[in-house]
Amino acid sequence: MTTYWEAVHDPLLNILSSSKEDNDHYFNGLRYKVSIKNLDAWFGTKQVLKSINLNIKPNAATAIIGPSGCGKTTLIRCLNRMHEMTPGAAAKGHIVIDGDTDIYDKAIDPVIIKRRIGMVFQKPNPFPTMSVYDNVAAGLKLNGVKDRRLINDIVKESLKSAALWDEVKNELDKPGIGLSGGQQQRLCIARALAMQPEVLLMDEPTSALDPIASSKIEELIHGLKKELTIITVTHNMLQAARVADFTAFMYLGELIEYGPTDQIFKTPQKELTERYISGKFG
Amino acid sequence: MHEKTTAQKSNTNQKIQDIMSRHYYRRRLVDKIVSAFAITCVLAAIIPLGSILLEVIKNGASAISIQLLTQPPGAIGTTLEDSGGIAPAIQGTLIVIGLASVIGVPIGILAGIYLSEFASGTGLLPSAVRLFNDVLTGLPSVVIGIVGYITIVLAVGSFSVLAGAFSLSIIMMPIVVRITEETLKVVPNSIREAGYSLGISKWKITLFIVLKSAKSGVLTGIVLAVSRIAGETAPLIMTILGTSLFFSSFTKPIDALPLRIWRLASQPYDTAHSQGWGAALLLIVIVLISSVVLRLLVQRKGFKIKAIHL
Repeated sequence: MTTYWEAVHDPLLNILSSSKEDNDHYFNGLRYKVSIKNLDAWFGTKQVLKSINLNIKPNAATAIIGPSGCGKTTLIRCLNRMHEMTPGAAAKGHIVIDGDTDIYDKAIDPVIIKRRIGMVFQKPNPFPTMSVYDNVAAGLKLNGVKDRRLINDIVKESLKSAALWDEVKNELDKPGIGLSGGQQQRLCIARALAMQPEVLLMDEPTSALDPIASSKIEELIHGLKKELTIITVTHNMLQAARVADFTAFMYLGELIEYGPTDQIFKTPQKELTERYISGKFG
Repeated sequence: MHEKTTAQKSNTNQKIQDIMSRHYYRRRLVDKIVSAFAITCVLAAIIPLGSILLEVIKNGASAISIQLLTQPPGAIGTTLEDSGGIAPAIQGTLIVIGLASVIGVPIGILAGIYLSEFASGTGLLPSAVRLFNDVLTGLPSVVIGIVGYITIVLAVGSFSVLAGAFSLSIIMMPIVVRITEETLKVVPNSIREAGYSLGISKWKITLFIVLKSAKSGVLTGIVLAVSRIAGETAPLIMTILGTSLFFSSFTKPIDALPLRIWRLASQPYDTAHSQGWGAALLLIVIVLISSVVLRLLVQRKGFKIKAIHL
């Protein structure tokens, strides 16, 4: 039996909270680039994300931090619908881009959405059989772009944006896997940028790199956020503090706290966040 | 936690050092025994193969001549000059293997792609395909020859190139399927994900990224399959029959080297036996050359891009 209270009050609360979110949408006249609403995700029967609600601002870098296994990687893999490609994995909820496109809408092709939302992985993964040039051009060529001059321009532009152009401009025909680890990761960034994405997801992009290569990637993030929205997962809190405008702290599949990076690190509102930031667990 | 004193620590270290040095000489001995055993096994495998090869070269090299390579078979049991050559068999072997590969390789690769990339590991269909594929690998080739005889020879009404190529393609398919599947499976998933993250469709990722990364493994499968069918004799007796004439039509009988070797060996004449050795040597050389050429074709070193002007 459903009581009157359950039948009326709960939906009412839902409406109130959702209309509040809609108002949040125009915070300081600034629209949210990505709005995550009630996102749940599973591996088999194990729920790894529990009702995540998160609004991400455009032209800013947002870091997701948290201890291993907290679901931060799963969260960004949901943002381009990569998560569900793992056998047994599932996701449910809404992720709205630009306030109008729900990427979890049934009418949306998950292949197409990945062209708007680029991704850089934890380990550099250039295509092993391709040259530096072809690695960057692959996304365009395999998506039907045939204009050679256009491809040339975009390859050059992308490599410049990824701060790799000067290092590879004379060896564009060399194999991509012949580059150093840090260069390979910037090659992967260039490859993602060539698709002209609006959002760039980075899954611990520096965890396989040495400190110098890492700092280059961090500098890159600073420059890139002028053009696009960056969401990066990191287990390195210092890195989050350095590169991110906003930081989200996750624990055991839940979003614990989210706000401007300064606030999260200096005056966290939740005890759990404070304990994690100060290194008491994690 | 209880802290160990320095004395205790050095005592433990000493013990470990003692144990390790005692084991060291035993380990070196075991190392040597295992290496010796491995080398013995290699020799046991190579000696029979090597002696066959040497025997074929010894007996066959003297039989190779322009006449053998360019003439059709002559009169049986005559002098060397009148006995002709094995040219139709060389031509026939190349045609039948080529046609069998044209049929068998694409189907084999596509089936391998299906098993590795498109079928979930435990589904009914992929499991069944895998099982039947393994069974097919072990099927006696003479049975496949009979299948070719019943389905094509009887239907067309004549022994034919097509029937032979069909039978041989069935023999090579399971090899190509298996090796393609195994090779694609070891391509790291991060490569596929990189493709997905660029919004590339699955079939393009499979063909232009995954298959390309695995090409040397797939190629090994093709070379193995070609080598396997090059020496098949039984299915050819029932499909292409063998003839002394050159190729005329895909629906007519043709000759092949293994068939010719078999016929020459069963004649009671020394000239025929000598020609048989020559044909055997030639078959080995053809297999060798085709595998080298295949490797060269696919494994071009370096990357070739048409001039880039940025």
